[in-house]
Amino acid sequence: MDNDTFSSGRPGRDLPGDELVIDVQGLRRRYTSSARGSTGFEAVAGVDLQVRRGELFALLGTNGAGKTSLLEVVEGLARPTGGTVQVFGKDPYRQRAQVRPRIGIMLQEAGFPSDLTAVETARMWAGTLAAPRPVEEALDLVALRGRADVTVSSLSGGERRRLDLALALLGRPEVLFLDEPTTGLDPESRRSAWDLVRGLLDDGTTVVLTTHYLEEAERLADRLAIMHGGRIVQEGTVAEIVEAEPAHVYVDEASVRPHLADLPLLPGERVVQVEGGTLAIVTRDLQRSLAVLLAWATDRDVTFGRIEARPASLEQAFLAIADGPGASLPGQSSTIDQTERAA
Amino acid sequence: MTTQTQTRTSRSSGATATPRSSTGLAGSLRRTGSLVRAETTLLLRNRTALFNGVALAPAMVALLHFSGAFEAFVGEGAGTSVVGAFALTSLICFALMFVVYYNLASAYVARREELVLKRLRTGQCSDAEILAGAATPAVVTMLAQLVLGGVAIAVWIGLDVPANVLLLLVAVIGGTFVFAALAAASTAFTRTLESAQLSTLPIMAGALLLSGTTLPLTLLPERVQTLAEYTPLHPVAELLTIGLTGLGPDGVAVGLGETFALAAQPLAVLLAWCVLGAWLATRYMRWEPRR
Repeated sequence: MDNDTFSSGRPGRDLPGDELVIDVQGLRRRYTSSARGSTGFEAVAGVDLQVRRGELFALLGTNGAGKTSLLEVVEGLARPTGGTVQVFGKDPYRQRAQVRPRIGIMLQEAGFPSDLTAVETARMWAGTLAAPRPVEEALDLVALRGRADVTVSSLSGGERRRLDLALALLGRPEVLFLDEPTTGLDPESRRSAWDLVRGLLDDGTTVVLTTHYLEEAERLADRLAIMHGGRIVQEGTVAEIVEAEPAHVYVDEASVRPHLADLPLLPGERVVQVEGGTLAIVTRDLQRSLAVLLAWATDRDVTFGRIEARPASLEQAFLAIADGPGASLPGQSSTIDQTERAA
Repeated sequence: MTTQTQTRTSRSSGATATPRSSTGLAGSLRRTGSLVRAETTLLLRNRTALFNGVALAPAMVALLHFSGAFEAFVGEGAGTSVVGAFALTSLICFALMFVVYYNLASAYVARREELVLKRLRTGQCSDAEILAGAATPAVVTMLAQLVLGGVAIAVWIGLDVPANVLLLLVAVIGGTFVFAALAAASTAFTRTLESAQLSTLPIMAGALLLSGTTLPLTLLPERVQTLAEYTPLHPVAELLTIGLTGLGPDGVAVGLGETFALAAQPLAVLLAWCVLGAWLATRYMRWEPRR
């Protein structure tokens, strides 16, 4: 992940307005279980969510966190068990006929009649919409025009995903729902999809996106929420969410072992042991910590075999939530010998 | 995919597109029409299946006629036009069972399992429009069977001008509606495409056996005969018989006005099944695979 991009969001674009296009209050969704006596499974356990016109709102979470279950209710595909959803001030389930012409939905998984060609599929879809784009234009947007006459069954997985996106765009939606839109795309197609989404945002489209690619959220999202266990546990801009996480300085353990008791820790800092003979200093002030540490090393004539400073990242924030409270070291699974120390 | 500039271009060119009506009958017909077109494309792409489905009708007429089955069922001494009317009634009843009910239950389940129904529900079509669109191949095949089978009957057996065409139309349209709706409701207890063969059997066998076209109902106890009148295929068969022959229950020809009086009871039963079928379909249709 590029650390230089995480705080930038999408510069150069007008900030989203204040108009709420999606307003979710206390939303619950319970799946009834066929097992007798079971109360079922609550996939969405009380979610509040607001999306303003023109912004890109990203919904992150581990598998089974409830993202798709939440999204399906907001899209009007399913009825909530509790709470309310309003899209453009209307109930997306009961007032489906009024909401649907203004939104576009790309499901995580949806099928096509396999014997139709790409263009026939798009034409069929366009025929059901109130104000569709020209079919060729929609295929152009996802670079599928050259494959227009190929049957869906002969398209590759990535091409089918792009056809999915083309259908969601056919109705010129004001609000576009993208449920893991780039899963299964090669890196180049993924970047093209990002460009396409940025273009839509520039044109004023509101986008609600779920993704497993944190880089995607960092690059595109104005605001994001992280779901876990059916609840939203973190919400804000990328910068706000990352801010809550500490930075890390990694050094190899061997070079500091003789001086371990002597490490100059700042208030609130602590040293933890990570895999492969590496020590991490957890800090909220990366620059000062580094300065103090390097000055100390020069003073003691300590040469670090390896030193690496890593600012907090969205990935780290995400994993901290996914792994539950207490976990703060991403990607370095190990039993951590916590050397809690005060300076 | 594209660049931002392309997206912008598309926006401006979009100004030329005129929004179409999305509410009311016009919008509904446009949406359903688009699904029907796509389904027709699919049907014509699979010509072998279409041919087999349609050719089955005259083949069945030939088999049952030349083996004497129609004549045996109607009884000795009946005029050829009465035998012809019975043959056409049977043909339509079988088509409603196999082509409309069984076929559609399978088609709805197949479309559900491959998540096509789920996709269609993300769009602007209503549930009824989606079901109607997907019913296209079945309805087209049934109508083709009816025409070809009807011609075969007229040529080989003999067929009079129908006594009441309106009753025939009501029987065919109403019967199609009822069994399409029951097909949708049957998705509730049909988990896979393969299991459709078994899950549709009770309704198919029950309706056919009690319709009066496969088994002379007079052989059954009186109570069962009364019950049979309320099964969904029975009023269809009765309306077809009255509409084709214009004969009363005692075999005496009646006037046009009297055919309506004779048809009153089956019409009421068919209407009741239309309402019940629509309710069952709305209540029990399963749109997504079980996980």
